[in-house]
Amino acid sequence: MSGRAQLIAGGGLSAAVLAAAALSLVWVPHDVTVLEIGQRLRPPGGAFPLGTDQYGRDLLSMLMVGARVSIAVALVAVGIGIALGVPLGLMAAANRGSWLDEVVMRLNDLIFAFPALVIAILITAVLGPSALNAILAIGIFNIPVFARVARGAALSLWTLDFVLAARLAGKGRLRISAEHILPNIAPLLIVQATIQFSLGILAEAGLSYVGLGAQPPTPSWGRMLAEAQTMIYTAPRLAVLPGLAIVLTVLGLNLLGDGLRDALDPRLRKAAR
Amino acid sequence: MLRYALSRLLSLGLSLLVASVVVFAVIEVIPGDPAAFMLGLNATPEAVAALRDDLGLTGSAGLRYLDWAGGMLRGDFGVSYTYRVPVAELLADRLWVSLPLAVYALALSTAIALPAGMWAAARRGGAADIGVMGATQLGIAVPNFWFAMLLVLLFAVNLRWFPAGGFPGWDGGVMAGLKALTLPAIALALPQAAILARVMRSALIETLGQDYIRSARAKGLTRAQAIRRHGVRNALIPVLTILGLQFSFLLAGAIIIENVFYLPGLGRLIFQAITQRDLIVVESVVMLLVFAVICVTFAVDIAYAAVDPRLRRR
Repeated sequence: MSGRAQLIAGGGLSAAVLAAAALSLVWVPHDVTVLEIGQRLRPPGGAFPLGTDQYGRDLLSMLMVGARVSIAVALVAVGIGIALGVPLGLMAAANRGSWLDEVVMRLNDLIFAFPALVIAILITAVLGPSALNAILAIGIFNIPVFARVARGAALSLWTLDFVLAARLAGKGRLRISAEHILPNIAPLLIVQATIQFSLGILAEAGLSYVGLGAQPPTPSWGRMLAEAQTMIYTAPRLAVLPGLAIVLTVLGLNLLGDGLRDALDPRLRKAAR
Repeated sequence: MLRYALSRLLSLGLSLLVASVVVFAVIEVIPGDPAAFMLGLNATPEAVAALRDDLGLTGSAGLRYLDWAGGMLRGDFGVSYTYRVPVAELLADRLWVSLPLAVYALALSTAIALPAGMWAAARRGGAADIGVMGATQLGIAVPNFWFAMLLVLLFAVNLRWFPAGGFPGWDGGVMAGLKALTLPAIALALPQAAILARVMRSALIETLGQDYIRSARAKGLTRAQAIRRHGVRNALIPVLTILGLQFSFLLAGAIIIENVFYLPGLGRLIFQAITQRDLIVVESVVMLLVFAVICVTFAVDIAYAAVDPRLRRR
């Protein structure tokens, strides 16, 4: 697929999911907190375009609200990663080889030694399951990712002439990092953010599937799948649709990331293929 | 080489030390008393005091850490509060499910991904390449536990080829055990295979642009021979790194997949321990997983240096 086609397909998918999540803030077809046993396991059609689950809740409404939860968790987790990781990476690059650089990099290695899910489990074991703790767990894992990307990209910029010119002009390391390095690594960071965003959606789904994410009655895609598991013989539809929602969202974000990479920096195209 | 190995060994020890301090500290910062936390709201003060004693919670944090870490070094992980058996025994039992599952999945993922990646790279831009890349794009987007549910739906519910869940144990024969692990291993392997195939493809494409491939062709090798003898070997180096990383993903991924298939592995153990507030077990399983990740990273570093002498000088 060409970069342009990826951008359009990925952007379209992502926008559709985002729109569904945004719409759910003001309107959903049916209230997802009301259990109507009389309407349980309705097949798709009529008032319930995708049917209902074993508690009589409208599946389409559940998916829409679930999108909101997934996006919110992944977005804030990416925000944590950028807010803490990028400054750390920039500082490490500005003071290359110093103790600060060394400490930042070793801390990164340490976090990488803990699989993200294990961090999440540890946090949940201590603080109890909630969407907030899922955000924390995914966010912590995002910090070293952004620190690494920012440091790596910044290091190569520090050797360039325009940075030297800025230093000759008397600017400090902090100011150069903010005014010259950051704008130049922004495209890379944006691409990384879409990748981490899609990984965050997957991680949130996994955590809420095992009960460590958003708690009932808030619907989440992962828990919808967990609840559908016992119904897999009678209503496989319940197990298929939330999974499709996850796949389409992640696929959209990945395509968007690839497309953006090509659009923002044509030089990367050669390296990546 | 020896110097390099020693320096990596030193960093392995340091990583383990820091990781154990972090795990200990996280469990330590639980608001309030761990014993009260484990027993819940209705516990009598006597029961809490008795458990505090059992857990070795009397004494300073430093001493308790030394006690805990020293115990682990001797293979003594303490006694599980809910199961009333040594944690080491629990871990050993569960490892016999989780470890074979991770290895099985790793083998499957490698067996699928490497040929697929090579095939795509050799026919770059062709139909095979587009097909493989499309499949990997999809594979990366599919959550492994959902894929697992689809496998259950198809192969266990509809076709009845494999059991939908559970584990008969290894006593009933290796084949029965492997059969029970097959669907979980496929579910774990495919998303990882998608990543691995992409790495293999781009590494091989990178290698095929090198001068030594042109030299090989110039001295009369066919394209296939040049790819096989010179391309693949050199491309394997980045693949090896990813393979090492994936082992830790597989171990962690197994935590979720075991819950889909009701397999009695480390993943089930840790979730039961969390709901039962059995912090000693939680602590130990986390430490074991981190230990595995750090050791695999070490092994990859060493293997890497053995394959590529340039990396020993770092």
